[in-house]
Amino acid sequence: MDNSTLLAVRNLHTWYELRQRVFGRAGAVRAVDDVTFDLAAGEAIAVVGESGCGKSSLAKTILGLYRPTRGEIFFQGQPIHSANSQTLRWYHRQVGFVQQDPYGALPPFLNVRRILAEPLSIHGIRKAQREERIREVLEEVKLVPIADFITKFPHMLSGGQQQRVVIARAMLLRPQLIVADEPVSMLDASVRVEILELLRNLQSAHRLAIIYITHDLSAVRHFSERIFVMYGGQIVEKGQVADLLRHPLHPYTQALLRAIPDADAANAETDREVPPGEPPSLLHPPPGCRFHPRCPLVTPGLCDTQEPPEFEPEPLHLTLCWLYKDTTP
Amino acid sequence: MNDGLLQIEDLRLHYRTTQGVVQAVDGVTFALGPRQALAVLGESGCGKSSLARAILRLLPRNVETYDGCVRVHGLDVMPFDEERFRREVRWSKIAIVMQAAMNALNPVLRVVDQVLEPLLVHQGLQREAALARVRAVFQMVGVPLDFMGRYAFELSGGMRQRVVLAMALVLQPPLVLLDEPTSALDVLTQANIMNVLKRIKRETGTSFMLITHDIATSSELADRVAVMYAGQLVELSDAAHFFHEPLHPYAQKLMASVPRLREAKKLAYIPGRPPSLIDLPQGCRFAPRCLQRFARCEQDPPMMHAKDGRQVRCWLYE
Repeated sequence: MDNSTLLAVRNLHTWYELRQRVFGRAGAVRAVDDVTFDLAAGEAIAVVGESGCGKSSLAKTILGLYRPTRGEIFFQGQPIHSANSQTLRWYHRQVGFVQQDPYGALPPFLNVRRILAEPLSIHGIRKAQREERIREVLEEVKLVPIADFITKFPHMLSGGQQQRVVIARAMLLRPQLIVADEPVSMLDASVRVEILELLRNLQSAHRLAIIYITHDLSAVRHFSERIFVMYGGQIVEKGQVADLLRHPLHPYTQALLRAIPDADAANAETDREVPPGEPPSLLHPPPGCRFHPRCPLVTPGLCDTQEPPEFEPEPLHLTLCWLYKDTTP
Repeated sequence: MNDGLLQIEDLRLHYRTTQGVVQAVDGVTFALGPRQALAVLGESGCGKSSLARAILRLLPRNVETYDGCVRVHGLDVMPFDEERFRREVRWSKIAIVMQAAMNALNPVLRVVDQVLEPLLVHQGLQREAALARVRAVFQMVGVPLDFMGRYAFELSGGMRQRVVLAMALVLQPPLVLLDEPTSALDVLTQANIMNVLKRIKRETGTSFMLITHDIATSSELADRVAVMYAGQLVELSDAAHFFHEPLHPYAQKLMASVPRLREAKKLAYIPGRPPSLIDLPQGCRFAPRCLQRFARCEQDPPMMHAKDGRQVRCWLYE
């Protein structure tokens, strides 16, 4: 953890305990299972993975909405995992949340001004300053002229405009970190580009760190510096965007990249290669590597019995895979 | 042109609302042959789902205008009354997989019974014969046979999507409309479903009309592409030419906004917003957002014939 580190996550576990049976425990859903990483101030990372891989649970644990089962989260060196309510209140001002479905995230019966006034009043900003701050953020997310938007209700706005309001709300308290859960998946291609560009600009203007939760690997390079690939509750590969896309290390990442088409007519000629089977149950994850039942490169006797540690076959490019056991762990 | 599977001429579907008339489908003309897959691309609210509804005559109550010509195997089906349309066209000639249909499976019926139903109703088959057909369809779409007795909630999203596809294919219709068939699915599941569709097209010669806003995925199946904007088709082209070099300024901008996994390109977006379908601009509907507009664009452009047998609704190609 050096000085530029904004967020440090250490051996984070978020398990959902199932209801007790008559005798003993029924088990736990291991949504986040031993996740460790550092995030620098001003850095954007993308967490990619399929539904049920635990990426939203990871986001919500980082936001402080869930208490981790085990492990540590430090924000600017302050422990968050065991924080008292006062520290948590401070922490909640430092992190903003951008939800997936903007219409669902905005209260339908409040207009834009009241939607944006609420977080300010909760955090004790005086009335006179509220209006000024609301105007500032609306300008920043380019909902201008402000007078056209400030009295509108969410249903009167387009999807892209709604998402701008959600982003404005996340920016209100001048956070240092934004967690964005699929911020553009509900939008059309052209509007996606607009919103991602807006977030990119906010990132550099405020030295904002951003954690994107996404499944859209094609767009990732346009808005983040590093990619984390998540599978079965674990981050199976971490790397700089260009390295990871050019030379994916983990067989799961390789499969994922092979399955994504670019818009070319030649795609219709050939079938796509897809690994057999389904993602693992987080209640009873397979022993050893979580991907081994589907992996084309599995080593029997190793991958199916021992969990792989993190190897670093290339600088700053790490993976949980036994294929790289001869490199530096 | 009696050999065409589907011919649409000047199809219009307008809705009545309190704010005015919504011109969702406004004079759409195209033809689709056997063993073809047409991708209909466009942004939300351009009328692409309404186009599918207009073809299958699945209309809401507030229809203001519904006219034009729909020919199936050369036969004009517009004069058919509802009963004849239901018996002779819908599902037996043209079936549909609706958007998010996988979430609309009946939760209290086993999936086998839901796929069985069209065979009993439309073809009057005995249960045993119908079951044999269902088994064959399940095998084709890749649903394991021991899933037949399950309920929808016991299946994953990908499996439910395959079941819905089986429902559409069970009467062996020559044409299946697919409305956003993979947009709610994960990357790998999406690739699986596209593989299934490709195989069905190859093995049975079924034609598809794939309605989607996901341009990259549409290229997996399409051999022809139609681009829709504000209720009209603005470009109709074969896939090879279209994905290489779209002609209409809107199509060009749309393609420029789609990121590519395998190359770093600069993304661009289209300034402004699509017009309201209630209050459409005069002349070319894309002109207010178009960087290449000129005086001529104040008049409504017709569909022009461009090189390589492509069609484009733009004065630049006059």
